[in-house]
Amino acid sequence: MAEYSVFSLLKNSFSGNRDWKPAWRKPDPKPEYDVVIVGGGGHGLSTAYYLAKEHGLTNVAVLEKGWLGSGNIGRNTTIVRSNYLLPENSRFYEHSMKLWEGLSHDLNYNVMFSQRGILNLAHTPGQLDDFARRGNAMRHEGIDAELVVGAEAVGRMVPGLDVSANARFPIVGGLMQPRAGTARHDAVAWGYARAADRRGVDILENCEVTGFLREGDRVVGVTTTRGDIRARKVAVAVAGSTGRVVKLAGVDEMPIESHVLQAFVSESLKPVLHTVVTFGAGHLYASQSDKGGLVFGGDIDGYNSYAQRGNLPVVEDVASEFVAMFPGFSRVRLLRSWGGIMDMSMDGSPIITTGPLPGMYLNCGWCYGGFKATPASGWCFAHTIARDEPHALSAAFTLDRFRRGILIDEKGVGATPRLH
Amino acid sequence: MLIACPYCGPRDVGEFTYQGDANRKRPDPASPAGAEWERYVYDRTNAAGEHREYWQHSGGCRAHLVVTRNTVTHAISSVTLVRGDDA
Ligand SMILES: [Zn+2]
Repeated sequence: MAEYSVFSLLKNSFSGNRDWKPAWRKPDPKPEYDVVIVGGGGHGLSTAYYLAKEHGLTNVAVLEKGWLGSGNIGRNTTIVRSNYLLPENSRFYEHSMKLWEGLSHDLNYNVMFSQRGILNLAHTPGQLDDFARRGNAMRHEGIDAELVVGAEAVGRMVPGLDVSANARFPIVGGLMQPRAGTARHDAVAWGYARAADRRGVDILENCEVTGFLREGDRVVGVTTTRGDIRARKVAVAVAGSTGRVVKLAGVDEMPIESHVLQAFVSESLKPVLHTVVTFGAGHLYASQSDKGGLVFGGDIDGYNSYAQRGNLPVVEDVASEFVAMFPGFSRVRLLRSWGGIMDMSMDGSPIITTGPLPGMYLNCGWCYGGFKATPASGWCFAHTIARDEPHALSAAFTLDRFRRGILIDEKGVGATPRLH
Repeated sequence: MLIACPYCGPRDVGEFTYQGDANRKRPDPASPAGAEWERYVYDRTNAAGEHREYWQHSGGCRAHLVVTRNTVTHAISSVTLVRGDDA
C-alpha cells in the first residue's frame, strides 16, 4: 500500500497525526558515493529520483547549499506547458508533460498538477498567423493546440480580460494548449525528495560545495562545508549558480549569463482566472493559485545579476501590462515579489551534457523555462549520467552545439541572452 | 539602481539600456571564423562580483558607458565613457 493514501490518513488521524515519518531523512554525508549531484533544486532531485528508479543507481547524494526548495524550484510562477515550435524543444517538453500527467501517482505525492490550459494572446493578424504555424508544428508532433480566432472567442474563455476594440493592444485571438497548466512548486521539490530518499538517495541540506577534487583532469569528488565527498561521477544542476560552481572546477567561461527574474503574487481573491494567460504585446504570464493569489511575471531585469532581487522598472512594466489586460485588477494589492537567478543560455535552450571535464556532468541553461522541464530534465540527465551518453530527447542540448553552430534558437534572436 | 552618468549625474536605471558584457574582445574583423570568434560570440565570464558592462544613457544624453558593477550587490564602482576606454 502506498505510504500516503486515504487509509494512512485515516489511521494517522486516530493517533493525532503524531506517527508520520519525516518526508526525508537527514543523513550525514558518506565519504564516497557513486554519483554526487550538486544542487538540490527540482532538477537535481528529479535526476536523483530517476537515477534510482530507472537506472538502479541508489548510492547517490544530492547536495543543497541551503534548505530544500530555497532556489528556483520555489521561486517560479509554476507554469507547465509544451507549446514550442522547434522539434528538439517540443519533443523534450512534451515528454516532460507526459511525466507531469502521471507524477502525483508516480511519486505518491500530490504535486497538484492542474491542467487548466495556457492561452497565448495574439494582438495582430501577423502574430495570429505565427501562432497558427506554431500550433500546427505542435499538432504535427502530437501535442494538443487550438487556435482561437476573434476577440469574442477569447473573451468567452477568459472572463475579465479586456477584449474590446479600445484595449491598449486589442486582442485578435490566441493559441490554446488545453493540457498545459500549473503545479504546486514546493510539492514538486518535496515529492521528488521524498521519493528519492525512499529509494536510498541521501539528501544533504546545508552542504555547500566549495571546490572540486581532481585527479589530473578528472573530477573525483567535491569539497563541501560538511567535508570532502568522493564520487565516481559529479553532476552539476545549479541553474543560476552555474557560472559560480563551474569556476570552482577551473572552467572560467560558459555560454551562459546569470540574470534576475522577478515574480509577483497578489492578495487572495475568489476564483477569477481559471487558465494561464500570456500577454502577446509585451511579456507577461499570469495564473491564479489554489490559494487565490494572482501569480505573474514578465521579463528578466535585463542585466547580469546574481542578486535574488530586482529593480522597479520591471515591476512597473509588468503591473502596467497586467492592468492593460485585466482593467478590473487595477485595485488588487500586491502581496509579495521576489527574484530568482536564471541561467540564460546563448540560444535560449538548455544544456544537458557530459563534461565539461572528465567525471563531470552538467545541466543548465534553463532560461525562464526550468520549472516545466523538471521531470524531463531529471529523466534525460539521469540517463546521461548513468550511460555516459545523451538521451535521445536531449541529444541536441549538448554543450558543443555552440561550437558546431547547431543552435536551438526558438525566438531566433541570436547570442543575446537577455532577449531570450 | 542609480547609474551616475558622467554628463548627467546619478539617474534612475530606467533611463539606461543594457548593452552587455564589456569583458569580451572582438577579434580582428578580417580574421577567419574559428575558436577566437566562437569564444567572442558565445562564451562569457558571467562573474559573480565585479563585472564590466556596457550601458547606454538612452533616455538621457545617449552616451555609451562602461559601468563596473557588482552582480551580487548591484553596487556600482565606476562609470566611464566608452570613448577612450582601452581596457
Ligand atoms: Zn547622460
